Amino acid sequence: MYKSWKILEPYLLITPQTLVFLLFLVFPIAMIVMVSFWQFNGYAMVPALTLDNYIGIFTSQVTLATYLNTFKYVALVWFFCLMIAFPVAYFLAFYIQSQIWQIILFLICTVPFWTSNIIRMISWIPVLGKEGLLNQLLMGLHLTNAPVEWFLYSDFAVVLGMVHLFNFFMIAPIFNSLMRIDRNLITAAQDMGASGLQVLKEVILPLSAPGIAIGSIFVVTLVMGEFVTVRLMGGGQSASVGKLIQTQINSLQYPLAAANAVILLIVTLTLVMGILRVVDIRKEL
Amino acid sequence: MIFMQKRALSFYVLAIFFGLFVLFLYGPMIAIFMLSLQGPEGQLTFPLRGFSFYWLGQVFQEQRVGSFVDAFGRSFLLGIAVLLLSVVVSVMAGLAFRSRFKGASLLFYLTISSLIVPSVLISLGIGIAFQVMGIQTDWFSSGLGAHLTWTVPFAFLIMLGVFNRFNPSYEEAARDLGASDGKTFQEVVLPLIAPSLIGIGLLAFTLSYDEFTRTSLVSGQDNTLPLEIFGMTTNVTSPALYALGTLTTLFSFSMIAIAFTTFSVFSRRQQ
Repeated sequence: MYKSWKILEPYLLITPQTLVFLLFLVFPIAMIVMVSFWQFNGYAMVPALTLDNYIGIFTSQVTLATYLNTFKYVALVWFFCLMIAFPVAYFLAFYIQSQIWQIILFLICTVPFWTSNIIRMISWIPVLGKEGLLNQLLMGLHLTNAPVEWFLYSDFAVVLGMVHLFNFFMIAPIFNSLMRIDRNLITAAQDMGASGLQVLKEVILPLSAPGIAIGSIFVVTLVMGEFVTVRLMGGGQSASVGKLIQTQINSLQYPLAAANAVILLIVTLTLVMGILRVVDIRKEL
Repeated sequence: MIFMQKRALSFYVLAIFFGLFVLFLYGPMIAIFMLSLQGPEGQLTFPLRGFSFYWLGQVFQEQRVGSFVDAFGRSFLLGIAVLLLSVVVSVMAGLAFRSRFKGASLLFYLTISSLIVPSVLISLGIGIAFQVMGIQTDWFSSGLGAHLTWTVPFAFLIMLGVFNRFNPSYEEAARDLGASDGKTFQEVVLPLIAPSLIGIGLLAFTLSYDEFTRTSLVSGQDNTLPLEIFGMTTNVTSPALYALGTLTTLFSFSMIAIAFTTFSVFSRRQQ
């Protein structure tokens, strides 16, 4: 009796969590796949089995351009997040000796992540706007005569906004993997005559690769589906797959939006698989 | 230690880089804090025009766009529900993951995939699912589910870490003294993991309180606070927008502060 309870126990314990994801993750995505084969009759979706939505997407010039633009955002945001996150995490992990300061400084990097994304986007208006701080500064220094218009409501603003929002997802895993590096390895490398740069390149970088990979997965997937930043920071012109889906939803074209979402999911998962191919993250989990 | 000899150069370069990064992170936020404290004649940009709490007060007035007090109430209740459910669900799963069982890695990957599926898919999927089944979407039903797909994975990952460091000999001792499984959990395990639970709970609360994308299509008739703020961005062109931002950010900050203090007080008491 007791023994059979022991075998059942873990399954009872995981039931709630399994239910959450079956109901609100697996089932909805299955519904998206189903509806992506349905039809849209002008005001509602109608059950059907048609490839029209997919054919429409693959034959449209807009789709290709939108995907290319989204990839551009992904590449730029990923690059800048990495360029910011690595030195920041490296500084915290190797240059701050006191553990309390390490925690405090890490928390400073973390806190904005727990605040509203929308508010964080709005905060850029007084800085980047036409009469914003940056333009006032540039005009005050007589570097420009007219305010620079492309600081806000441009691709530049979109990338800046997303780097601002998502750098935490890169910093945390890289910091985590840097902290796990056995300090003796670094001492050993130095004893063998490695320079600081060589230690970084031959010891630290390879050992932090899993952290970089986890951070990259987060950043890539977040940017792929992003539409809030694109709308708030990009003004009307900027396009992304997420925003395209959002627009189609607003005009109630659910089957088309669903087909786009299916493609988005496949593309995103392919990117994740690609990252996992390059770096083995299992030892980090 | 190791890098001490090079402190002169690389330390200062990196320290300056870090400082600039913090400025990048907090600068805009500080800008809207200042702008929300302007006088009634205040504008959306610098220079500051006067000083008052006028705009902060405006937030509590009935707006043309809607009422923020109501939206805050909904977000608060939703956050509490998400907090409780996330903690219960993740503790149960965390307990299960201490032993080996078939299907463990499947659930693990399912949980991780909930984090990395683009948020717009969750929102669209739940929206479509409710529509196909003919159920009305509401912030406390579909909205709650959407939030759990975001908070439970975080709670679960932290819970795994907590139980990883958990010393099972306390439980064994309790069991040797004749305590039942339930009693052992209640008297031994629960008090030991309590500080982490407070951390996880408030984390889930703030994540839910600020969630936008996953909720955007499934909140039904009534908006949560972030949706209300998003609607405001297109309509409102006064510092009231910044004032609202300041207030909700301060609210998030205080939640983080409470979480952190209770966590450290509780863990100190245990030692």
